[in-house]
Amino acid sequence: MNWTPVCALEDIAPNTGVCALVEGKQVAIFRIDKEERLYAIGNYDPAGKANVLSRGLIAQLGGSVNVTSPLYKHHYDLDSGVCQEDQTLKVPTYNVRQHGGMVEVAA
Amino acid sequence: MSKQKIVIVGNGMVGHKYIEALLASEQRNQFEIVTFSEEPRVVYDRVHLTEFFSNSDAADLAMTTLEYYESKGIQVYLGEKVIGLNTSDKSVTTDKGTELAYDKLILATGSYPFVPPIEGNDRKNCFVYRTIEDLEAIAKAAKSSRIGAVVGGGLLGLEAAKAVVDLGLEAHVVEFAPRLMSVQVDEGGGKLLRKKIENLGVGVHCSTATNRIVKGKKHLHRMEFADGEHLETDIIIFSAGIRPQDELARQSGLEIGERGGIVINNQCQTSDPDIYAIGECALWNNRIFGLVAPGYQMAKVASGHLIEQHANTGELFSFTGADMSTKLKLMGIDVASIGDAQGTMQGSQCYTYSDEPNQIYKKIVVSEDHKKLIGAVLVGDASEYGQLLQLALNGIDLPSNPENLILPANDGADTGLGVDALPDSAQICSCYDVSKGQLADAVAAGSIDLGSLKAETGAASGCGGCSALVGQVLNSELSKLGMEVNTDLCEHFPYTRHELFDLIRVEKIRTFNELLERHGTGYGCEICKPAVGSMLASHWNDYVLKDEHIGLQDTNDIFLANMQKDGTYSVVPRIPGGEITPDKLITLGEVAKEFNLYTKITGGQRVDLFGAQLHELPPIWERLVDAGFETGHAYGKSVRTVKSCVGSTWCRYGVDDSAGLAIELENRYKGLRSPHKLKFAVSGCTRECAEAQSKDVGVIATEKGWNLYVCGNGGMKPRHADLIATELDKKSLIRLIDRFLMYYVRTADRLQRTSVWLDNMEGGLDYLKQVLVKDSLEIGDELEAEMTKVLEAYECEWAATLKDKKKLKRFQHFINTREVDSDIQFVKERDQIRPATVEEKSQLIAKAS
Ligand code: SRM
Ligand SMILES: Cc1cc2nc3c(=O)[nH]c(=O)nc-3n(C[C@H](O)[C@H](O)[C@H](O)COP(=O)(O)OP(=O)(O)OC[C@H]3O[C@@H](n4cnc5c(N)ncnc54)[C@H](O)[C@@H]3O)c2cc1C
Ligand code: SF4
Ligand code: FES
Repeated sequence: MNWTPVCALEDIAPNTGVCALVEGKQVAIFRIDKEERLYAIGNYDPAGKANVLSRGLIAQLGGSVNVTSPLYKHHYDLDSGVCQEDQTLKVPTYNVRQHGGMVEVAA
Repeated sequence: MSKQKIVIVGNGMVGHKYIEALLASEQRNQFEIVTFSEEPRVVYDRVHLTEFFSNSDAADLAMTTLEYYESKGIQVYLGEKVIGLNTSDKSVTTDKGTELAYDKLILATGSYPFVPPIEGNDRKNCFVYRTIEDLEAIAKAAKSSRIGAVVGGGLLGLEAAKAVVDLGLEAHVVEFAPRLMSVQVDEGGGKLLRKKIENLGVGVHCSTATNRIVKGKKHLHRMEFADGEHLETDIIIFSAGIRPQDELARQSGLEIGERGGIVINNQCQTSDPDIYAIGECALWNNRIFGLVAPGYQMAKVASGHLIEQHANTGELFSFTGADMSTKLKLMGIDVASIGDAQGTMQGSQCYTYSDEPNQIYKKIVVSEDHKKLIGAVLVGDASEYGQLLQLALNGIDLPSNPENLILPANDGADTGLGVDALPDSAQICSCYDVSKGQLADAVAAGSIDLGSLKAETGAASGCGGCSALVGQVLNSELSKLGMEVNTDLCEHFPYTRHELFDLIRVEKIRTFNELLERHGTGYGCEICKPAVGSMLASHWNDYVLKDEHIGLQDTNDIFLANMQKDGTYSVVPRIPGGEITPDKLITLGEVAKEFNLYTKITGGQRVDLFGAQLHELPPIWERLVDAGFETGHAYGKSVRTVKSCVGSTWCRYGVDDSAGLAIELENRYKGLRSPHKLKFAVSGCTRECAEAQSKDVGVIATEKGWNLYVCGNGGMKPRHADLIATELDKKSLIRLIDRFLMYYVRTADRLQRTSVWLDNMEGGLDYLKQVLVKDSLEIGDELEAEMTKVLEAYECEWAATLKDKKKLKRFQHFINTREVDSDIQFVKERDQIRPATVEEKSQLIAKAS
């Protein structure tokens, strides 16, 4: 896998997201402190039609962890990229890891 | 067996109900259903006809669609009137020449408005009030009119008068009888009703007979009255009663009542057993029923009888009359009438309660032995309606002091007759004929919130008069089942907002994680995070972008700006009271020009700059903060604007310095976080140019001091603010506002504006006054102290953010490059930018590459 370092872990405040440009793609990366885990999905909200998902709130609904789009509050599952309100909508998901204090994405 | 052909004449609410009942039966495939409607559209909700004026959209009133009917195999003829009925060869003919045979015919032709035979009643701009087309015509005529008069002061007449008021016209009601709503209310109630309606600026002319209508001098018409007086008006609406639409039945020789109406038996059959009549056209036991609920019952009986005959189920269906009790809100005034409201029954006696200062009138009529309730009239406050109706309908024995049923409960004393006293057979919702037992079954089967209970049973989805009672049954059934009423904030916190607020205060909790660890589960969601963020801020007023708070904020709060549809932001600096120096105005202009921002004056007396990208927000704010601006919190659930008028400084009518006070208030409360946004206004005299009575907090100057209004708002559901104290000096005014705001912040639900908060408060306005003005809970000092503490912690969030280099790192579209979002594209319109549409974007990007 081709890992691209994008920022230091501490650049992402706990329980928030940032957006990185990786190989021409806008990738939204989220950090969840409870499980010390990172998630990466596409930054484009197909319902709201703008590049904003990294700026959404993280929301747990039942068993799944989601980002809530700031535009019209659609929830996208961070594991699968599927939209909870409209299953026909899906955003891409990417591999992401922490490596020596750096956040790396494979897009 | 071959299919039976069922023809329904009239597709009104009752005809539709009949069709629904057939469709719901197991025998539905045995019937071929055909319906005719004289109106150009399928059934709509006539009961809520007046709402057409608030949204002007006929589709909102529709109760079904043509597609639905067609999908169920029903043949629908719209805009086609049945004009011939031949009972011997069992066929009907229409004005468009359609001819059709039937096996069973259902007449659901409703009624038509009665227009009194007054000379000139056919002049231009004389209307009736029955169909969407009538309302369209009235709305059109209203555009070029100033005055509207309604002939008839009954239930419908008053509704028409409200429509006239809502259309912005001066309204008059002309009533022949000595009082309004003479059928439903007694003399005392009528007198109060009249006073209340007059207070709303409607002219009421009772005991007035109109002799003729002629050309007016100043307005289109002049109505000449029998007593020699006259009234000039531009529009006349006749609402003087209804008459059953029995023309077709009459022509074909069916039995008709002496004063009209198609005679039916207990199975709703007419004198020809193959023909039924239901709804407002039918005459049962010499009575016409002008309400929808009895019509629905007839539809149920007639369809049940048909199915029974067909399938031989042996079930018995019969119509046994209906209760004509009503409860309604007329121009915001509660009016209710139950049973023998006039007390005409032999030996009946009544108890009356009248509260003139608060304009409330209540009367109950009891039987000779004081044991049973037989009638009631409520004006001004109809909160006991549900309970009284149940007592009357179910013949429940009254408590020994029946007067307690209508006397105000001083120390919350209960009359001891809650919903638990009702038998299972008690009909709770008359519109949809839902009994207490049916509600209880639905609750037991899993409908454990009001929404699903309504959807499951239909209760409370008609006139809404029963919703309070349905709610009580729900709660009582839930507790019988050992369940609690779920008021949890969300799946992560099993508490109400109010409870969480107290936990935070008492346990001095300062972060979301702390609260979650002690009292919640999971990670939280977009409901609890911002709500808790807001509560923490209300308490401690910490900087919202601290690491431990940042994940709680909606994106607008994180970036201290409002996100727009294309992902860019708007910038709204605070302009207290709307007062601004020329230099500051120039700065705004310069900044907007430099960053190429779309500029607009808002509805809140300030300036909004749109189209800023994330990375532009800090430099924009740097310029603004340098020039002395602070954040306007347009993004937060917090204090927005304090609108002002010029006041006594310049205005020749002003009696006090409203602009000065507005600025002082805005500077005092800016930054306060609350369950929902807060808007204020201060007017310098009763002309009210600042529209203070439409705000959460409104202040109006009088010669003797400031008057304080609270809990108003515009927006989706406007509500006028209520006056809670008068003639205050500035110090007492501010003290009262401190208490009000802190009490709201403590006890309201999330995203509940002050208006809804008050409307849901037990004890309502009086209780709020007690708490704030009389300090009945003895928390006044505490509320004031808390407010002082919060206000002391105020710091402009933008000034704080600019000082923190680490925080500024977030204001960049990409964390790993300075590039910007290439998807954001603008085009020019009226000399300023606006977001490009999707098509425009693809063209722009194609051109660039
Ligand atoms: C900019 C402005 C319209 C304008 O160009 O004039 C505006 C713009 C928005 N309003 Fe408003 N409202 C604006 C004055 C009003 C007013 C008039 C007033 O304040 O005098 C009202 C009715 C008065 C009231 O609130 O009682 C108003 C009632 C609403 C409502 C409905 C609130 C309600 O309780 O029904 C919302 C939705 C909400 O808050 O949930 C809303 C929400 C919004 C939002 C936040 C919608 C959104 O999420 O994007 C808009 C933000 C635009 C932005 O990015 O700045 N806006 N909005 C006005 C800003 C005033 C200001 O200077 O802060
Ligand atoms: C403004 C207003 C407010 C009201 N508020 C309330 C309320 O709060 N509570 C309440 O209970 N009731 C209220 N009502 C009364 C309620 O609307 C009626 O009781 C109900 O609509 C009666 O239904 P229906 O089907 O019998 O008659 P309608 O709804 O009048 O339907 C009859 C239909 O048959 C059509 N028709 C008639 N003759 C023919 C023919 N020969 N061929 C083809 N079609 C024909 C008519 O055009 C009409 O569409 C209100 C009425 C109005 C106008
Ligand atoms: S009225 Fe609607 S569209 Fe206009 S500013 Fe307010 S929220 Fe936006
Ligand atoms: S009584 Fe009308 S909705 Fe229930």
